This record gives sequence, structure tokens and C-alpha cells, in this order.
Amino acid sequence: MASRHQRRQRAAVDAARLATERGSVGVTRAKEVAFKAFLLFSVGIGIAMLVTLIVKAFVDGMPRLNIDLITAFPSALPEQAGIQSAIVGSAYLMVGVAAITLPLAVGSAIYLEEYADKDRWWNRLIEVNVQNLAAVPSIVFGILGLAFIVRGPLGIGPVILAGSITLSMMVLPTVILASREAIRAVPDSIRQGSLALGATKWQTIRHQVLPAAVPGVATGMILALSRAIGETAPLLLVGGVTFITFNPELDPQDWFGFDSQFTALPLTIFNYLARPQEEFRTLAAAAIIVLLVLLLTMNSIAIYIRNRYRKRLEQN
Amino acid sequence: MHSTEASAIPGAAQRRTLGVARRRYGELVIQGLLFAAAFLSVLVTVGIVVSLLGPTIEFFREVPLTDFFFGTDWSPTFTPASFGVIPIVVGTLMVTLWAMVFAIPFGLGAAIWMSEYARPRQRRVVKPVLEVLEGIPTVAYGFFGIVFVLPVLVDVWEAIPILPGTPNPVSMVLAAGIILGIMIIPTVGSIAEDSMSAVPRGLREAAYGLGANKLQVSTRVVVPAALSGIIAGFVLGFSRAIGETIVVLLVAGLIANLTINPLEPMMTMTAFIATTGSGDIATGTITYKTIFAVGALLFAITFAINMISIRLVRRYRQVYD
Repeated sequence: MASRHQRRQRAAVDAARLATERGSVGVTRAKEVAFKAFLLFSVGIGIAMLVTLIVKAFVDGMPRLNIDLITAFPSALPEQAGIQSAIVGSAYLMVGVAAITLPLAVGSAIYLEEYADKDRWWNRLIEVNVQNLAAVPSIVFGILGLAFIVRGPLGIGPVILAGSITLSMMVLPTVILASREAIRAVPDSIRQGSLALGATKWQTIRHQVLPAAVPGVATGMILALSRAIGETAPLLLVGGVTFITFNPELDPQDWFGFDSQFTALPLTIFNYLARPQEEFRTLAAAAIIVLLVLLLTMNSIAIYIRNRYRKRLEQN
Repeated sequence: MHSTEASAIPGAAQRRTLGVARRRYGELVIQGLLFAAAFLSVLVTVGIVVSLLGPTIEFFREVPLTDFFFGTDWSPTFTPASFGVIPIVVGTLMVTLWAMVFAIPFGLGAAIWMSEYARPRQRRVVKPVLEVLEGIPTVAYGFFGIVFVLPVLVDVWEAIPILPGTPNPVSMVLAAGIILGIMIIPTVGSIAEDSMSAVPRGLREAAYGLGANKLQVSTRVVVPAALSGIIAGFVLGFSRAIGETIVVLLVAGLIANLTINPLEPMMTMTAFIATTGSGDIATGTITYKTIFAVGALLFAITFAINMISIRLVRRYRQVYD
């Protein structure tokens, strides 16, 4: 409390001091204009870069932006190379990430919001750990995947499942945080009403809290997937960078293809970009357009869900 | 939230009559499962530490600590190999430093604009655009660096002869720094903006009442009051820049040379891990262990930085909540 008052006082004194030490009106005005120009430049530089990036990718990728891009497999010959197995690989990864992340993240969020007693050290440990995990560099998850999943204890090799688990560990904190927000936003009166009618705690969560939190959780999950689909660094260690010229087979006996070797969209783009030939750069630009369109679609769905949900809340 | 703590004795007597008639074991099982899901995230951290630590310890059995931390020659895959980590640590710091040179002023500028200057409608348009900027995949930024930033920088140096040095046209630290800097503007900006929005209106109004103008209110009242949150944003941006892999791999280069010239290529810790780890190295070789030693160092650095940022964010939330 003391620090709050001190801060307020200090700010007020500072303000009073600066009011007395003002220079001439012209200089003050010029400073204001310059400052505002700087602020606009700060906001503009990011947006300008975004626009340049997209335009550049379109201009450079145009010659290869056709159906052959999607139907052909990656190859060392740029004229024949495409991204089919990369798109299929990315789709597989997303299914895997969603299947692994969703139950774990929602479970964690329910525990932390509805059950955890914040005074216990282990609950505080979980909370700080989630926050810290959210900021661990993605390449470190790649090392973990390489040491624990591809080789070492699990030893399943550089397959789709290994990639899915690695990416899941990476996005788990983001989805937990989003799910917690969604659960926290459910009004307490709903819980109390349900409990008062004799429902148990779990019945209340299952039938009242979770349905109300679905849109928030879905938004968080889609945003996490859109982060996972663009991530390259951990897959460099877990997937490898060789040309994959086949799609995984949807065979129940082989875990529906999850034990197949794979490539992913960003991985293939990286592979093409790392080559010196101009043709590969064109190919990479075209593939980046495909990736950006995918991302934009996913983000739009997330924003649509969020807005719909917001409207419904406002109506209530 | 709604905890039912039985601390006082009169309450305890009442609770017994309101308590459940019998234990519901199903509920306990569910609670246990939920706890397990939450605890799994701790196990991921433990997994990271364990998987890094084992090979790192083995690494230091073969390479003396002083050679690793104080050596200035990094060539772990050559014969004879040399494991001085300083060049790639300096490379990481150089790229990060240049990223911060661009991210700090512009991130702060964007935050001040959004929090103090923008009309609600402008904010509603600009904020999602900056979020998109944050969501662009790093390979796309790498592509942008190769086809746009690098050639433009070379042109600028050609056009203005008084600029010192000659930029390397294939890869250089400065280009990677510029891209990373713009990449983390949204990270830095959104946290700074959150903490500026949390500054009570009364402070601003008091300053306006005393005759201050908008510039003075923004820079001398709002920014100092929101400082811990602003610094938390800087720290988080810093940790993002240190851990970035793909942009530095494609733009900063793969040559572990020790220099302070930003126009030269330099290798970073992440770039080393990615290039070496993506090759087919046999488990147990010294090269394989080197990846983990560098990974452990990287994890330790970002862990320390994250802890500082978590502390700072908690502090600014406490001040005005």
C-alpha cells in the first residue's frame, strides 16, 4: 500500500514540476508533433514490413503458384518439386497436436482454476512452471524430442508421432493459459446455482462450466495450432530435412500413419530456402503463400468464434 | 477463488452439518486425474532438465569447463576439435542486442500510441494487425531477410559511401537483428501497453490539470508509472530473440567467428544446435553431446531471464490491482 501512495505522489509531483518548467509554446508544439510522428512510425514499421513480406512472397512465388505445386512431391530438381507430402505431413501433425494437447490443457486448466488451493507450494510450482515453459525457446523442445522421443527412452524414430508430441509440449502452456481464462470468465453464479441444486463439483464443471468455456478453449486451441503449423526449429531436430516423396498411409496397423517419416510445410520451405538456386527460392515463396493462407484461415476461424461468443455474452 | 477454508472454530461446527454424507470416490479420482494433467507440465520441465543434464555432464568429462566457457575458438566438428563457446554466445548476444536496438524504441512507441494516442476505432484495427505480425511463421521472416532485407542493406551501404565497412551480401548480424527486432515489436508492445492501460486515470488527469500536455503526460507520468511492466516486456522480447532459430540460421550465417562488426556473419547458439542436430549424428559421440551442452547453456540463460520477467509482471499487477 505504501508503495502505491508513494508512486501516486511521485507522479503528481513530477507532473507539477514539468508544468512549471515548460519552455516556449512553439518549441513544445514542435516536440509534440515530432513525438507523434515517432509513435506513428513505430506502429507503421511493423505493418509496412508485413505488407512488404506478403507482396514480396506473391511477386516472387507467382510463377510457381499453380496446381503442380500442391500435387508434386519435394525433389532436388526445382522444376519438378512441389509440396504435397509437406501439406499432408502438416495436416497429420495438427491432428496429433490437437489430440494430445486438448485433453491435457483443459484438464490442467480445470485443476488450476477449480480445484487448486493457491496457498499450496505444489500448485504455485505448477503455475510458475506453466508460465516459464511458455517462454522456453522452441529449439529446446526439439532437443527434448530428439533425446527422449526420437532416440532414448521412447526411441520411436523421426516419425509423425514424435513431431506431434514435441510440438504439443511446446504449445501446451499457451492452451492451458487460454483455457484458464475461458474457465475464469464463466460467472460464479452459474457454479453456485448448480451446487445449490445438489450437483457435485465435477457435475457442475462437466455440465455447466465446461460448455460455457468451449468457445474460449476452441479459440486458444486454434491459435496454438496456428503457432504449431508454422514452427520449424524443433522439427529440424525431430523430423530431419531429407526429401520425403510419399504420404503417410492411413493404415490402422501402422497407427494410422503416425509412425511414418514425414516432412512439414515450414520444414520444406526452410529446406528450399537454404539452397542457393533461384528456382528454389521461387518455390519457397509460393509455399509461403500456401502457409500464410492456411494460417489466415485458422486465425479467421478463431476470431469468428471469439466474436460470436462475445455477442452472445452481451445479449445475456 | 471460492475456497472453503475451515480456519475458525465456530465455522467448523457448522460445516460438519453441511458436509457430504459420504465420500464420493469418483469425484476424488477425477480430481486426481486433473491434478496429473496439470502436473505433467512440471514433468516436461523435468524432462528438459534431465535430457539436457545427462549428456552435458558426459560432455564435461571430455572437455574441461574452462575450455568451454573461456575458449574463443568454436570448431567442435573439426579435427582437432575446439570447444570454446564464447564465439557463439557473443554471436547470440550480438543478434539479440541489435534486435533490442530496434524493438525497444519502436515497441515502446507502438505501446504509447495504442495506450495514449489512438482512438478506440484505430486501436481495434491496429491491434489485430500487430497480432498477425506476431503469428507470421519464422521461415517467412527468414525468406523476407534473404530476398529483401539483405539486398536492401547492401544497396544502402553502396548508396551512402560514408557508412563504415562493407556488408556481407550473403549473411550478416545486422540484417538478422533488424528482422528479429521488428518481429518482437508486438511482444514488447503488447505487454508494455497492458501495463500502461493499468495506470489509473487519476494520475493522467492530475498531470493534465497542472497544465501538462500529452507528450509530457505520456513520457513523464504514464511511462514511469508503468515501468516494471514495460521492462517485463523488454525482458520477454529479449528472451524470444535469444531463442530464435530459423531467422538467424538463414540470415545471420553459420560461421562461428568472434567479431563485433554487425556487417559480418556470426553463428548463434540456436543456429549451432539446429544445423548440427538436423544432421545424422550417432548418439553418444562428442558432437551429439555438444548439442546438449549448448542447449543446457541456452536453457539456463532463458530460464533466468524468464524468472525475472515473471517477477516483474507480478509486481506491476500488484501495484494497481
